[in-house]
Amino acid sequence: MRRDVKGAYWRANLRYIALLLGVCSAASFGAGVLFADALDAVTLAGFPLGFWAATQGSILAFVALVFAYVRLMNGLDRRFDVYEE
Amino acid sequence: MGVIGWTWLLVAASLALQAAVAVRARARATADLYVAEPTVRPAVSGMATASDWISAASFMSVAGVIAFAGRDGAAYLMGWTGGYVLLAVLLAPYLRKWGKYTVPQFVADRYYSRGARVVATGCALVVSFTYVAAQVRGVGIVLAGVAGVRMEAAVALGAAAVLAFAVLGGLKGVTASQVAQYLVVLLALVVPAVLVSQALTGNPFPPLGLGDRLTAEGAARLRAAPGAHLLAALDAALRDLRFPAFTAGAGRRADVLATTAALMIGTAGLPHILVRFFTVPKIRDARATAAWALLFLALFYASVPAVAAFGRGLLVASVEGARGEAPPAWWPRWQEAGLVAWNDRNGDGVMQLSGDPARNEVLVDHDVLVLAEPELAGLPPWVAGLVAAGALGAALSTGAALLLVIASGVAHDLVRGVVSPRLSERAELWWARAGAVLAALGAGWLALRPPGAIAETVAIAFGLAASSFFPVLVLGVFWKRATREGAIAGMIAGMLFTLGYVLWFKRVHPELDIPARWWLGVSPQGIGVVGAAVNAAAVVAVSLATPAPPARVQELVEALRTPREAAPEGVAAAAPPGR
Repeated sequence: MRRDVKGAYWRANLRYIALLLGVCSAASFGAGVLFADALDAVTLAGFPLGFWAATQGSILAFVALVFAYVRLMNGLDRRFDVYEE
Repeated sequence: MGVIGWTWLLVAASLALQAAVAVRARARATADLYVAEPTVRPAVSGMATASDWISAASFMSVAGVIAFAGRDGAAYLMGWTGGYVLLAVLLAPYLRKWGKYTVPQFVADRYYSRGARVVATGCALVVSFTYVAAQVRGVGIVLAGVAGVRMEAAVALGAAAVLAFAVLGGLKGVTASQVAQYLVVLLALVVPAVLVSQALTGNPFPPLGLGDRLTAEGAARLRAAPGAHLLAALDAALRDLRFPAFTAGAGRRADVLATTAALMIGTAGLPHILVRFFTVPKIRDARATAAWALLFLALFYASVPAVAAFGRGLLVASVEGARGEAPPAWWPRWQEAGLVAWNDRNGDGVMQLSGDPARNEVLVDHDVLVLAEPELAGLPPWVAGLVAAGALGAALSTGAALLLVIASGVAHDLVRGVVSPRLSERAELWWARAGAVLAALGAGWLALRPPGAIAETVAIAFGLAASSFFPVLVLGVFWKRATREGAIAGMIAGMLFTLGYVLWFKRVHPELDIPARWWLGVSPQGIGVVGAAVNAAAVVAVSLATPAPPARVQELVEALRTPREAAPEGVAAAAPPGR
């Protein structure tokens, strides 16, 4: 693989990682801890929202994030012809 | 048949099943002892990883910690699931591409140094040992409280059982029974949760029942108004007793942030979980395995906050105001085991709970709650037996996987890797067994003097993993310039910092282990994140001050970044046949 192509693949990967870890932090450190008290002002289906984000919402977000990463990277591997058959 | 009878029956059934599988797949050669079968699909290896993961800490202790800490305890849920996001994006695919069997081997190759390998092995031993001790404590609590064995004997039995599991099975044997094991543990948590949720709220789905309204029966059990929301009723009951509300917690924000982060990065630095990703068939399988593992863990953790809230509410309703001479039916066995206590401070013969430590009369070990919950909810005795069997299964399987990390660390990384490279396979196997036996003995000793609830002890193990491995592994992949000297300095600095902080508050001055005395407001459970920062800073500083890694190593790191080399452009055109 040409060096600049390889660099492009790696930069795309790093962008995905930064994006996913950003969302991951927002869901846990943000919604689950720092802004939990503010979110608690809203109650949804019997749950104060901040409490729900800390105990359940963040986990749902994590699951969505890892499966999204699997899909994104499989796509990237195909685009750069490094997909393993 | 009572709780004790059901417990023994279900424990015997699940142990017999697992022992049968383990003996059938009994390890014959050392390669089998360390390495999972390479051909399993990502969903299956994800489930096996989840099964290795769910230990006594997740099964019986996290719900207990959340029950008493409320929302602050969610640090454990977020940390132990969020860690898999870090694992999937920062480590799993690259460790797989590198293609070594253990974490210390990776460290040795990436950092071109035997010294780094020795230090990494030492760190892995400390982390795994702390973690094993928590599992042995878990087995001890189940045997002591549910089955009526004396605590010392129960812990000794626990250590022996974990050891037997590891030595007989090997990781291969454990893998063979892991899928079944995961399902047993999941059912053992979810079935009681469904029954309690149904009884209290009429909603059989615990994650939603937690937010639902109480039925007439549920309201009577929790001594609340019928039709009130369960969480609101629980918050009100706790506030009446001057405890922080369940949905708010005590609000120690710095510590919650630190603990969440420490558990996340500890998850991604845990040798017995990382080892799973070294052996999946493809690089993309490593990513998928992490994703599936998290999905199966989410199925499990989804019910944990509900179990915590139900348990706390039932506990308060059962104990508060009970007559001391006629305690609730579930109480005496746990009191005999020394895991619950009543101290009648005001001499009125009535058990009183209070958020004010000076007036509180009742102490309940956090790890007891999940085990006692079926009885608190008035469920039939087989349910309590099922929970006990699940707790034992979780503790034994994780404990065995950890003992194997210790065994391979001693035999493969230390004795063969450093002391005597020409060791025979047989001799290596004996070293592995000796390491496992010693670790089991030590774990039994530590289990009788635990630094906290099981989940808290495990959190310390995670903090140690976070401050020794995570920065060195991640920088090893993402920063070509990280050098041997940097890695060694980082691991030692991070490990010593965190270990020192923990020992100071847990062993030297346990009386100072209160929030007001913690440095920066961070508990010993959360200090691992600071340790990781110390580690990373040391790696960067020392690396920049030392010569760059050899070109060969830098090329290897470069090669980690793509799953495979693409065919060079225009190969067919540039090289026609016969030219």
